Parts: sequence; C-alpha cells; structure tokens
Amino acid sequence: MSNTLSASTLLAVPLAPLVGSLVAGILGTAFGGNVIGRRASHGATILGVLVAFILSVMTLADVIDGARFNQTIYEWMVIGGLKMEIGFLVDGLTAMMMVVVTFVSLMVHLYTIGYMADDDGYNRFFAYISLFTFSMLMLVMSNNLLQLFFGWEAVGLVSYLLIGFWFNKPSAIFANMKAFLVNRVGDFGFILGIGLIVAYAGTMNYSEIFAKAGELGALGFPGTDWMLITVICICLFIGAMGKSAQFPLHVWLPDSMEGPTPISALIHAATMVTAGIFMVARMSPLYELSDTALNFVMVIGAITALFMGFLGIIQNDIKRVVAYSTLSQLGYMTVALGASAYSVAVFHLMTHAFFKALLFLAAGSVIMGLHHNQDIRWMGGVRKYMPITWLTSLIGTLALIGTPLLSGFYSKDSIIEAVHFSNLPAAGFAHFAVLAGVFVTSFYSFRLYFLVFHGQERYDQNPDAHHDDHHGDHGHGHGDGKPHESPWVVTLPLVLLAIPSVVIGYFTIEPMVIGDFFRDAITVNADAHPALKTFAEEFHGAWAMATHAFSTAPLYLALAGAVSAWYCYLVNPAVPAAIARALRPIVVILENKYYMDWFNENVLARAARGLGVGLWKGGDRGVIEGGVVNASWKIVGAIAAVVRRAQTGYLYHYALVMLVGVMLFMTYFVWLAK
Amino acid sequence: MSGLTLGHFLSVGAILFAISVVGIFLNRKNLIVLLMAIELMLLAVNMNFVAFSHYLGDLHGQVFVFFILTVAAAESAIGLAILVLLFRNKSSISVEELNTLKG
Repeated sequence: MSNTLSASTLLAVPLAPLVGSLVAGILGTAFGGNVIGRRASHGATILGVLVAFILSVMTLADVIDGARFNQTIYEWMVIGGLKMEIGFLVDGLTAMMMVVVTFVSLMVHLYTIGYMADDDGYNRFFAYISLFTFSMLMLVMSNNLLQLFFGWEAVGLVSYLLIGFWFNKPSAIFANMKAFLVNRVGDFGFILGIGLIVAYAGTMNYSEIFAKAGELGALGFPGTDWMLITVICICLFIGAMGKSAQFPLHVWLPDSMEGPTPISALIHAATMVTAGIFMVARMSPLYELSDTALNFVMVIGAITALFMGFLGIIQNDIKRVVAYSTLSQLGYMTVALGASAYSVAVFHLMTHAFFKALLFLAAGSVIMGLHHNQDIRWMGGVRKYMPITWLTSLIGTLALIGTPLLSGFYSKDSIIEAVHFSNLPAAGFAHFAVLAGVFVTSFYSFRLYFLVFHGQERYDQNPDAHHDDHHGDHGHGHGDGKPHESPWVVTLPLVLLAIPSVVIGYFTIEPMVIGDFFRDAITVNADAHPALKTFAEEFHGAWAMATHAFSTAPLYLALAGAVSAWYCYLVNPAVPAAIARALRPIVVILENKYYMDWFNENVLARAARGLGVGLWKGGDRGVIEGGVVNASWKIVGAIAAVVRRAQTGYLYHYALVMLVGVMLFMTYFVWLAK
Repeated sequence: MSGLTLGHFLSVGAILFAISVVGIFLNRKNLIVLLMAIELMLLAVNMNFVAFSHYLGDLHGQVFVFFILTVAAAESAIGLAILVLLFRNKSSISVEELNTLKG
C-alpha cells in the first residue's frame, strides 16, 4: 500500500482554519484591540478554510489512488501503558469527511459575508466558524479516541458559542444552555464507553482497539450476564445520540435554531450533528460484534426518523421545519448504521450535508429577503422576487425527498433497501418507519416549499412583524417591504451546493456503497449481517437503480406526499385546518413536541433541581455547615463559656491553683509513684 | 545546741513557707506584701538547704543558697520596678483591682 501522504500536509489541514480563526478572533475583536477590519477578518478565515479545502481534495485524490496514513504526530503523555497522542488516520472515510466539512464550511464562510453584513459580531462570527472547522477536522482525522473526544467537545463548545451568538436574546441563551446540557448527558455515556475500552483494551488507538476487538467480544460485563461489547457499543452510541440529536436526546437541535442561519447550516445540519454517525461508522468493527447494540441503534434511529418528521409538518418557523427534517434524516442514517450498512449511512451523511446545507442557506436567504421574518405563514409567492433562491431550494427539496437521479434518492433508497434486507429483529419496525418517513419527508418539505415560494403573497399581512426581537443584524433596504434577492455572496454558495446535491449521488454510489472505497475504514461481518451484501448483489448501476425506482414504493410515497402538500397548501388551504380540527388530540401532542420539553423541564430538570436543593439544604447547609462546621465551634464555645469562669484574673487564685497542683504532684511522686 | 535536730530546722522552714503561702492567698490589699511573701518563701527554701547541708555534711546545699539569694535579689528588683510602673499606670497597688490576667 503506497503512502504518499505526508504528516506535515495533513497537519496543515486543521491548522489552517485555526490560524484564520485566531487572526480574526484575536486581532479582529475587542480582545486584541480591533486591529484588523471586517475585510481582513473574513479574508484570513476564508483563506484558511480554502487552504484546508484544497489540501483535503488533494488528500482525497491520493486516498482514491490507494494512499493511506496512520501515524502519531505528537505524543502528549504516557500514563502507565496508556499513550495519549495526537495522530492522524486517513482512509476513505476520513478523506470523504474532510472534503465535505471543508467544502460546506467554505460555502458557509462565503455566505456569511452577505448574511452577517450588518452584524456587530461579524469578526467574532468568522473566528467561531473557523474554529469549528478546525475542531471538526481534528475529530474526523483522529486516529485515537482521545483526540476524537477532544474534537467532539470542541465542536460542542463552538456550537454552544454560536447558538448563543446573539447573547442579548434570552431565548438564545436558553437554547445554548439546553444544547450544552443535553450534550453533557450524551457525553457521559460516551466517556463511559471510552473508559470501558481503555480499561479492557488498554489503548485509545483505533487500530490497536480493533486488533483486540475479538478479545473484547468474548468478555462479559462483570456482575451481569451482558456482553461487554454490547455495553461499550451502547455507551458510545449514547454519546452519538447526544451529538447527532437522536431521540430522546434530540430536544436541543430545534432550539439551536436560535443561532444565526449559517451555523444552522454548517453545524446543526451538515457537519457537527453527523459526528455521531461518523463515530459509529468508525467503530464499526466493535458494533459488528453486538447484535443487541445494532438493534438498539436501529430502533432509536427509526423512532427519530419517523416521529421527528411528524413534528416538521406542524412547525411554522422556516428554520425549525428544516431542523426537524434534519433530525428525521439523521434518524435515517442511524437506521442504516443499525442495519450494518455503515457505508450507506456515511453516503447519506455526505449527500445530506450538501442538500441540507443548501436548504438551510436558502432558508437564510429567504429570511434576509423578507426582512427577518421567519414565519412561513407570512411568506408566499417569493419565487418571482428571489429566482436563484427559489431554484436552488427546489433542487434541495427534490434531493431531500428522493427524486430519482438526485443525490438524496440514492442515499435514501439505499437505506430503505438495506433495512429491508437486514436480518435483525428490529428491521421490520425500522423498515416501516423509514418507508412512512418518506411520505412525511415529502409532505413537510413541499409544505414548506409551497408556503414560501408559491401561492398568495402574505408577507405584508404579518400582524406582529414589528414585535420581533430584531437582533441588530439587519438594516438592508427596509424600503418598500418587498422581498429582494440576496447579494452574490449568498447566492453563489447556494448554486455551488446545488450542483453536488444533484449529481453527487449518481457518481459516488457505486464506489462508496458497492465498491471498496471504505474497504479498510468500515468492517462489516457479511455473514452475520448480510443487508449490505444483498443490496450490493441487487445493484446493477446507478442508472438502473433510478429506473427501478418507478416500480418501488418509496417513489410513490414521496410523490403522494408532494401531491398532498400541493393540494392542502395551494389548491385548497381549508383542508389542513379541517384535518387539524378533526385530529385535535394528535395535533396538540405534536404542537407540544410529544411533551418531551415539558417532561424534561418539569420532571427531569425539576427532579435534578430538587435533588440539588435537597443536597444544598440538607447536605451542605444541614450536615456540613450545621453539623460539622457550626456544631464544632458551638461545642467549643459552650465548653469555653463554662471553663473561662475558672480564670478570674486574680493573682492569688492562680497561685493557689499552682500550689495545689504542686502538692498533688508531690503527693503522687512521693507516695504513689514508688 | 544538742537539742536542735534537723527536724527543728525543717519545721521552721515549713512554718515560714506556710506563712508565705497564707500571705499570698489572704493578701487582698497590697502588692508589696505579695512580693515579701515570695521572698519569705524563698527564704524558707534556703533554710531547708542550709539545714540539710549542715546535717548531711554536703556544702553543695550552701552554694545553692547563694544562687537563690542572687535570683531573689534580681527578682525583687524586677518586681519592684514593675510595681512602680503599675502604680504609675493604675494609681493603685491593690491586688483586688488587678484582675485583667484572664481570657
């Protein structure tokens, strides 16, 4: 196996955005004295990401030629036999992720120039998104769990900073704290998983862990009759559930839409939330050993895929619809992981990154065009004002619902087929969920599309348009209130993202899913989990798959979703209201998001607060402060209050005591101590 | 002189010691009396030393008496100096009023 990849080139990939981030974040903000202006800030960060992108593409080309890299760059410390190192593992999976991350990041950087043009935090924003790019690259390029965890936490931190970017907005502060806390729950499981691996395998390096996978698979978890490997995999997956927003840890993702739109596209749709999917795919040699864990993964994914899609139907905020769509699509990826079709999951991850980033950025463009109105009830007819945004949104929507030949079709149909061929017990439920999800996806996507771009123009009828909490990032042409197309820095990324959204599936399904692009990155035990093998046997080329789609259910389900959305929201707008009245209880449940937030806030958060208050009042104040600290001085004080009466201050009393003492001692020595 | 035994001398010493102890305890008025009582106590000890020295034929006891007399002289000098300063500060040398030596 040739090795043309050099460590210094690979090191430059994550470091270039870091340098850009530091330049913009230190020199461009009050922290470093505002030395450089906006132009220099976005110049430095875009240059950094551009360098990373070009090097990533070169790396991908080398990897396609067969180059591989797995080496430690820097040894941080050694504790016992446990090495803590920074190193890079570059194979098909890593190279693909590097290109996706840097490409979407580059598009988002460009887009931000237009979107954040009027924001005071312009330089800070660029510093954050470049820092995110650095963290995400460290995550995907890692060759050990420690560095993965570093990247994992770093992207979480940047996500926190960016959700709360407008820190004067109470809802943004609430949302970023929520994202942070929910991710802590997931990270707790993740750390336990890493800890178990370290305890039993004695290393954090991927290849060393996988070499011991067989040994790990034979062990039982002490004190129980569970398999150790199952516990490890489920613990790791809990981490993935937090980061990739899987039910029931999904609650933070819709709220994260409080952040500016570019980061919703970059972090909360295209890259960071897919870290969990990436991690499970990377850990495939472990997951292959545990059917229980795979079933668990599949059930969680199926629940997320279907039920989060339902929520997308009743949302009115344009970004939240897309956010629930993201949740649902992440559920699809998770289902594919559960079916042992890791390469299909990663394939969907890639296509989804393009078309969902496109949809988010298009949504941001619409929001700009409509003067920061995000409520789709007060949109409509935007098509003729914003032609480029309209066209790219249409492409994104078609890719999302799985129109044949578009990228989403290949990845989503592959998932459905892989689940269909899976032999796990959960596959029946999962197959139903992903099939039903196709209809739901199509319905909410086209509902959004029709309400925004077609129908009556309702943007001047918004009753509370002027009560919005404007966050100081607007001010461009309020003039006549008509929508207007966005500047070129916004539309160019839309076009550049629309191109891969259309074509990438057609060209890459064969090498990525059927071929051996991931041969040494992903391990599948084809005898035990034949889903992907069966799928590959049925596969007769990308074109044949597209034509075959006309005789399968998913395409007609998608079509049915689109048509019913068309009927409900364009032809006969009275229908949705009538359905909502007829199904009032269900709508109430959906409007309350299955009461998950209510449950979290009133049961979990209240119980946690109750426990905290109990420990504070009972434990800290009662036992420690009252029992130990205060009681000890009170007892000393009480004794002293009695004893100090013996101290009269009169010399003759002291002398008396002294004499009596001397006499007692003498008595003792003379008579008793003989 | 033949009637005088060690017991007589020790009795005198003990009586002197007892007088001085009572002088310390019962004295409520005058600090000078206190100092005198302490001197008397030292003399009672000296009496014992001399008596033992004579009857046991060991001169070390009489050497010790000189040390004690020296220390007693120094002690009464310091004690009287403190007394003078005390009187300047408090305009009184009454033992009953000196009760600040407490916590």
